[in-house]
Amino acid sequence: MSVLVYVNSNGEKFAKSAFEVVTYAKKIGDVTVITNGNAENSKLAQLGKFGASKVLVDRSFDGIDDQQIMRMIATAAEKVSANTIIFSDDLIGKAVAPRLSVKMKAGLVAGANGVPEADGTIPVNVFSGKAFGFVKVNTDKKIISLLPNSIQPEETGSDATVEEFAGNAGETRVTVKETKLPEGDIPLPEAELVVSGGRGLKGPENWALITDLAKELGAATACSRPVSDSDWRPHHEHVGQTGVAIRPNLYIAAGISGAIQHLAGVNGSKVIVVINTDEEAPFFKAADYGVVGDAFEVLPRLTEAVKKFKASN
Amino acid sequence: MKILVCISKAPDTTTKISFTDGDTKFDESGVKYIVNPYDEWYALVKGLEIKEAHGGTVTTVTVGTADDEATIRKALAIGADDAIRIDVLPEDAGQVAAEIANIAKEGAYDLVLLGKETINYNGSQVGGMLAEHLDMPFISLAERMTLDGTTVTLDKEIIGGIQTVEAELPLIVSCAKGMAEQRIPNMRGIMAARKKPLNVVPSSNAAKQTTFEKYALPAPKSAVKLIDPNNMDELVELLHNEAKVI
Repeated sequence: MSVLVYVNSNGEKFAKSAFEVVTYAKKIGDVTVITNGNAENSKLAQLGKFGASKVLVDRSFDGIDDQQIMRMIATAAEKVSANTIIFSDDLIGKAVAPRLSVKMKAGLVAGANGVPEADGTIPVNVFSGKAFGFVKVNTDKKIISLLPNSIQPEETGSDATVEEFAGNAGETRVTVKETKLPEGDIPLPEAELVVSGGRGLKGPENWALITDLAKELGAATACSRPVSDSDWRPHHEHVGQTGVAIRPNLYIAAGISGAIQHLAGVNGSKVIVVINTDEEAPFFKAADYGVVGDAFEVLPRLTEAVKKFKASN
Repeated sequence: MKILVCISKAPDTTTKISFTDGDTKFDESGVKYIVNPYDEWYALVKGLEIKEAHGGTVTTVTVGTADDEATIRKALAIGADDAIRIDVLPEDAGQVAAEIANIAKEGAYDLVLLGKETINYNGSQVGGMLAEHLDMPFISLAERMTLDGTTVTLDKEIIGGIQTVEAELPLIVSCAKGMAEQRIPNMRGIMAARKKPLNVVPSSNAAKQTTFEKYALPAPKSAVKLIDPNNMDELVELLHNEAKVI
């Protein structure tokens, strides 16, 4: 079966999600990758290690316009007779996959969290991570967008062949005025480690407690809804039912009580550590490790302990 | 300026999720429905702000049964001028987008707003699908939007940051946090909403491209392991050797 995978190849390195989607597609069929922009052939060929046999690259545009990318993918799907198209369920996938679904008359399974089951249904997160659903696609062609951190990238092959490709992407109707990419920040949805703070930290002036630990761990930072509502932290750091849902390997929550809406956004985490003064905080019920104590004392100790651990390992 | 805001209902955020009929159906017993927060707080209120600043009308559109009318009235109470309900049970994003596309084409709207996703299915699908049906530019996950004539300037989330973009009307925008502030309807709004037009139109029987076959709940967590707050070395050791996450 021919499977086509869209990968964003902009930037210095691939996001981990690029390796995840290629690994995922390899479990379904023979993988061709489609991408656009100016990435070097040697970089694109790396995707072969994760299972791509061929990488098609359209050099005629380097943006992330949803219509141009959609047209390019549709052209590529026809060329390789793909009946399954795979995206990462990231901000590009969320814009492009629905358009492609209409264009190709292909059912879209958004937010898949694993490979198709034996009965062909595809597992997805629903109710903001409070439950799972199993989706059957009723059309011949299907599109799947895979939640970041849902499967481990697997290196199985060697370099892929890279081919230049004319995707007939056409014009964009959206003009980019400015792009702001804060340096050094790890994008939250893809982060494997996350340190998060809540109202218990009392004010934005105390956030070094969170960022110091995050820096030591190489983690992304997040926060609860009251914190972003009070503008202590930017909106995009808000995790929970009305913020972003994340599924890192490790989620450390300090000064967050664990309301059901917050848990919805983080209960896909592999391991949860909760630090709270209130031993009755509901979050402890969802935690793997708990520390009943004052975040103001515990966080600096934890940061020191991580520093010590790194020095000796 | 004709503004269309897509509204759907969603279970209240405090709802404990469970399933019935052999885990094939969401158990609605005792569930309180609200307007999907992204549709209400950001898309609808942004629509109202634009109308207040530039004139025009705000129409809501919902794909749903008579059970949806309470949440539609809530949107009217907050300030929408009129509402359209397409009379069919929404079961698939492709179906919903195709149904709304028919209405949007007929009404020739300048601006279509919707929330970035619903909090029950989290698909973030309808906006992009609608854009393709209507052949309009689509700005996804916008957190700021200003209008100058027919030119719209928006800040949208991109991977790892924010992008400022410009596009011309007509346009479809999915709205994320930051776009507007939640408005609580007042008594006058609630009274007025009862008399505002809520037009029920028949479905075009759009095809369902996907089906939810069954559901499952996550396995319950085992009991939390408590660590002495004075012994963070132990926690780090456990995260390394037991949990193997660092």
